[in-house]
Amino acid sequence: MAKEVRIALRNSGVINPESIDEYITADGYQALRKSLRSSQSGIYDEIIESGLRGRGGAGFPTGTKEKTTALICTDCEKYVVCNADEGEPGTFKDRVIMETDPHSLIEGMIIAGYSINATRGFVYIRGEYALSIERVQHAINKAREYKFLGTNILGSGFDFDIEIRRGAGSYLCGEELTLLESLEGKRGYPRIKPPYPAEKGLWGKPTLINNVETLANFPPIILNGAVWYKSIGTDKSPGTKIFTLSGDLCNPGYYETPTSITLRELIYDFGGGIRNGKKFKAALLGGAAGTFASEKFLDVQMGYDKLKEQGLTLGSGAIVVIDETRDLIETLESILKFFKHESCGKCIPCRIGTTQIYHDICCFNEMSAIDRDKTYKNILNQAEVMAKTSLCPLGQSPILPLKSLWQNFSDYLVSTSK
Amino acid sequence: MGKWTCLMVDEILKKFPKSKDYLLEILHELQNNDPKQYISAENIKAIAQHLNICQSQVYGVVGYYSMLSAKPRGKNLIRVCNSPVCKMIGSEHTINHLTKKLKIQLGDTTADGKFTVEECECLGNCSQAPSLMINSKLYGNLTSESLDDLLKEF
Repeated sequence: MAKEVRIALRNSGVINPESIDEYITADGYQALRKSLRSSQSGIYDEIIESGLRGRGGAGFPTGTKEKTTALICTDCEKYVVCNADEGEPGTFKDRVIMETDPHSLIEGMIIAGYSINATRGFVYIRGEYALSIERVQHAINKAREYKFLGTNILGSGFDFDIEIRRGAGSYLCGEELTLLESLEGKRGYPRIKPPYPAEKGLWGKPTLINNVETLANFPPIILNGAVWYKSIGTDKSPGTKIFTLSGDLCNPGYYETPTSITLRELIYDFGGGIRNGKKFKAALLGGAAGTFASEKFLDVQMGYDKLKEQGLTLGSGAIVVIDETRDLIETLESILKFFKHESCGKCIPCRIGTTQIYHDICCFNEMSAIDRDKTYKNILNQAEVMAKTSLCPLGQSPILPLKSLWQNFSDYLVSTSK
Repeated sequence: MGKWTCLMVDEILKKFPKSKDYLLEILHELQNNDPKQYISAENIKAIAQHLNICQSQVYGVVGYYSMLSAKPRGKNLIRVCNSPVCKMIGSEHTINHLTKKLKIQLGDTTADGKFTVEECECLGNCSQAPSLMINSKLYGNLTSESLDDLLKEF
């Protein structure tokens, strides 16, 4: 039976999240001490070597982003932003980290700040996460008290401080450039990319943006080395990932395992199998902006690379399990409604497109098989155009669930007998 | 929550530097301290003055973010998660039960001003779907019985 390997969640449920002393006893802030003795390039080289990929959903190589931000200019002002605007349906890993081990995030951020020579850091936490905000604020206060934050940190001459900024209920602000707009006190409208945040980020300055889970992996990687981290998980997406299981499962919850785990192990070993003795029908991987996997994918490993080979996504690690009695069109409808609601309206393809495809799917179940085929292909076409022409990932996302559902469940979609 | 006065608004504004990036923080703080959990026109004016920006900019931000409201709401704000996961497990039932019990429509406030029921996007409590928030507290695995018990606490 598969077992959990906890790296980002190493202290979760083990220490008191409000006690910095307990964190320190569990090797806390040792990685920061080690980092401050090393060169700045030593840190990002170690992260590059570890193969860590962004855990927010995009899976971009973390070290590469860090190196680019570090080298873009040497004596300009830079920022580190932690993206804690977790809003992807089915995802709650960042909340768990912030509520159960906020110091690992703070330590990761200080290390990231040192490696790119930043002076200020911001944790952008979604406004709904009241307990996370409280715990992270408490951790910041304690870290200041213990001189891990502030001027001349641990006598190294490095100055760095962190502030929390609250979001206010916008899914779109989880997109990095939109998050920066929101941090600047504006409506959450996406910016045109490029320039990337590494060149022009917060207030036009080079900015390193990392997800909570990504940053929580920094201290153990620095402490135990890249070779150790790389030995875990799949070759191209090494390490562990926190998977959040929800839907029709006996034991929904969060589990951190090596990326080499299979969907079957996650569902049956950790999730306890399908609820009420029903059969598995589908799993939505990566949340609303994710893909539908059918039974034939149960033995695929959950690394970004392995899933991509199968046309699937890992995204933020959300796994929504759907049993045989559910109507997948209903699930799809709620996903499309979600995108329609969250579209900001700045660019036309997304504004019109999200409304149009939601409208088209609504009467799907009343149609004949031929009409279904025609309608679905039309929706796919529209989503394709949206993916190519939308300004930000929101408009580019509906194609993911739509296309995967068509590819993996086409018989089901056109059949009228349910 | 005591009496809500201009003085209190000034007190809150004074805590924040006069920099636009504090706008959301200020709005949260004012809304949370208002017994009607909203941003009034007077407060928008006061914020605009404090940050030296146009009132329309403040309105624009209030209008954009779903947690903020320019309309008065009830003393207790119930936000029902209606994201795909909760919806699949049964958020419709939660919404129906609450609106029926409180005799209001979704988005409305009870006549006594005690509750407002809104729907919202994923609350990150998917393993305990269906879930909702009342003010800043999260509740999950909702049933008709647990909802009835919950309402009695307020």
